Amino acid sequence: MDDFLAARLQMAFSLGFHIVFACIGMVMPFFMSLAHFYWLKTKNVVYRDVTKAWSKGVAIFFATGAVSGTVLSFELGLLWPKFMEHAGPIFGMPFSLEGTAFFIEAIALGFYLYGWNRINPWFHWATGVVVGISGLLSGILVVAANAWMNSPAGFDYIDGQYLNIDPIKAMFNDAWFSQALHMTVAAFVSTGFAVAGIHALMILRGKNVAFHSKAFKIAAVFGTIAACLQPISGDISAKDVAKRQPAKLAAMEAHFHTERNAPLIIGGIPDTAGKKVDYAIKIPGLLSFMATGDFNGEVKGLDSVPKENQPPVAVTHYAFQIMVGLGMAMVGLALLYFIALWKKKQWQTSSWLLKLFVMATPMGFIALEAGWTVTEVGRQPWIINGIMRTADAVTPMPGIAYSFYLFTGVYISLSVIVSLLLYRQIAMVGKLYDSSTEVPKS
Amino acid sequence: MIYVVIIFLWTAILLYILLGGADFGAGIIELFTAKGNKDRTRKTMYDAIGPIWEANHMWLIIAVVILFVGFPKIYTTVSVYLHIPLVCMLLGIIARGTAFVFRNYDAVEDDMQKIYTPIFVYSSLITPFFLGIIAASAVSGRIDLQANDFLSAYVFSWLNWFSIAVGVFTVSICGFLATIFIIGQTDNESDRKHFTRKARRTIFIVMACGALVFLAAYLEQIPLFSWIFGDTPGLIAIIAASISLVIMFFILERDQPIMLRLLAGFQVSMILFAATYSHFPDIVLLKNGTNLSLLTHQGQTKTIDSLAYALLIGSIFILPALFYLIYIFTKRKDVSSAH
Repeated sequence: MDDFLAARLQMAFSLGFHIVFACIGMVMPFFMSLAHFYWLKTKNVVYRDVTKAWSKGVAIFFATGAVSGTVLSFELGLLWPKFMEHAGPIFGMPFSLEGTAFFIEAIALGFYLYGWNRINPWFHWATGVVVGISGLLSGILVVAANAWMNSPAGFDYIDGQYLNIDPIKAMFNDAWFSQALHMTVAAFVSTGFAVAGIHALMILRGKNVAFHSKAFKIAAVFGTIAACLQPISGDISAKDVAKRQPAKLAAMEAHFHTERNAPLIIGGIPDTAGKKVDYAIKIPGLLSFMATGDFNGEVKGLDSVPKENQPPVAVTHYAFQIMVGLGMAMVGLALLYFIALWKKKQWQTSSWLLKLFVMATPMGFIALEAGWTVTEVGRQPWIINGIMRTADAVTPMPGIAYSFYLFTGVYISLSVIVSLLLYRQIAMVGKLYDSSTEVPKS
Repeated sequence: MIYVVIIFLWTAILLYILLGGADFGAGIIELFTAKGNKDRTRKTMYDAIGPIWEANHMWLIIAVVILFVGFPKIYTTVSVYLHIPLVCMLLGIIARGTAFVFRNYDAVEDDMQKIYTPIFVYSSLITPFFLGIIAASAVSGRIDLQANDFLSAYVFSWLNWFSIAVGVFTVSICGFLATIFIIGQTDNESDRKHFTRKARRTIFIVMACGALVFLAAYLEQIPLFSWIFGDTPGLIAIIAASISLVIMFFILERDQPIMLRLLAGFQVSMILFAATYSHFPDIVLLKNGTNLSLLTHQGQTKTIDSLAYALLIGSIFILPALFYLIYIFTKRKDVSSAH
């Protein structure tokens, strides 16, 4: 394996791993705080149990997310020193603010996890909310930094020099809002569906039903609301990408030729050599409408980009299709759930709806990884869009393949251990947390 | 504004050594504790560091961010030439951060603990060892930008006696900090005696390791002696540290945990000050005799200014919250109001 490929794979694995943990660590505190709020308001012990059980999950995911994030802050330099040498001072602003947000999150988490019965109950609750908000902020800031790679701003690039740096302008680049919105909603969708799915499975198995039903409802409501909002943010993103990175949009859609009244291509197998997509469903004019707001609008195809600047079409196209397909499936399930909440209450306890949620457990995270692939692979061959090529940014150190194997091994074993820990947390719910079947002491 | 950034960088590194160091020390002490006392030591340590555990490690992130935003050339040079020890340190950080949480949050206590615990204690040893190696290699003048074979570019840049000695010294400092810290966390007389004995032992170990650093510097022809004793401020720092060590010895037996902590923190700060003062503003010394300086290799003015503002604003939020956290959770058990 050559060093460049190894470096790219290592980065992809590190981010792909971190992103799952970071999203859960960012969203779970909101679920936990809501359950905690119900406990403080209603004094229903089931809510306290759910809160405590979830807080263990938050601790595990926060720790894993934090170490993998620390590793990433070093990997930027270890793998892409030439990129960081120029980009660090320009897009560093969100990272310095993120340091603060992350720090506050860690402090608040300390208060939260160890504060039961030691600090004022509402102050304690508030620290849980702070964990959520600061986590969300750090997520947004990191995405703003990534958005800068797609939409470089805040400097003048003259004769290979990066001049007149303005870190604030770089942070508020054109892509930051649509990317941060899309990512944040995605975090809620994926975590909501994953958590709801696990609790749905437990309800189906008839284990600690009171406990799991309450937990399921909180997660499902968050997840399904987010799922319904996601297409809107997706539309904003698509229009943005069309304007800023036509090559990426063309690759996402496997759209080879520039044309007006461009069709939306669903599925299919892109044939890069023949510049066509086989076996696809084509909806005339829809791509033009989505990208420009006009059915007759012009959408740039891959032919408008020099060959050496074209992103890999197949990977980007498939990843995009997976993301949209799963997203739509989750919107469908979300709509069913809303009907269950308002019109058909008997659906809420029916096993078919719960089974659908169980099936949806991994969907959000698969969509999330696919979406991330679209953003990153779709930007290739650039590390800073239009300015620096990824190949020019890689470290001169040879033997990166070994480092790739090493870190891949570490991440795989961590994933296994975390899954085991989660399994054991869930299996122990009856013993450790569920006091709903006990007779209340007072 | 550049000095604001430099002060933050130095403080973040110091606080990482002090607070993160005490954390690492907890694992190191556990490793070197006799079997009979292990459980008790582990529990006291856990109660003490659990709540501030995550926060202690944020200082490293702050330092790294300051480096890559404000001093990108320094960050990338270190990243390229010290790639291998950095990866080793990162593996330690991953293993430790996760093993600590896994062993304390696993719902079932069984044989898995036999896996988490060794990972935790050995990574507690490895991480500060490589941290020390990295710090020492930055100033030992072995990084060779002209090197064109793998060994001299990526291995001999850090593999030398001086770097190894500083690695060992860093480990000993972490152990020292942890024992001093834990004296204040014990809730009975016999534990206090036990940890006081341990503290005295670690002080001797730190002094022995410090001597090794000088010996290694001499072998590797690194002018450490003149760095530390050649400058008046460095000399004053070392004298102050020595005096405070003597004071520490006298009050070790008495029940004055806060004073002990302050003295230990003061000593480590003085060591870091003496070690960094004489070659300031140079932070990476290169083989060809040129150096990377914090003043000449800083980012553009606007970057430095906004970094400084971000740090200042951040510290308004962070510092009070952090002090309150430490205040609430490191009160002694026997005086704390609730359990």
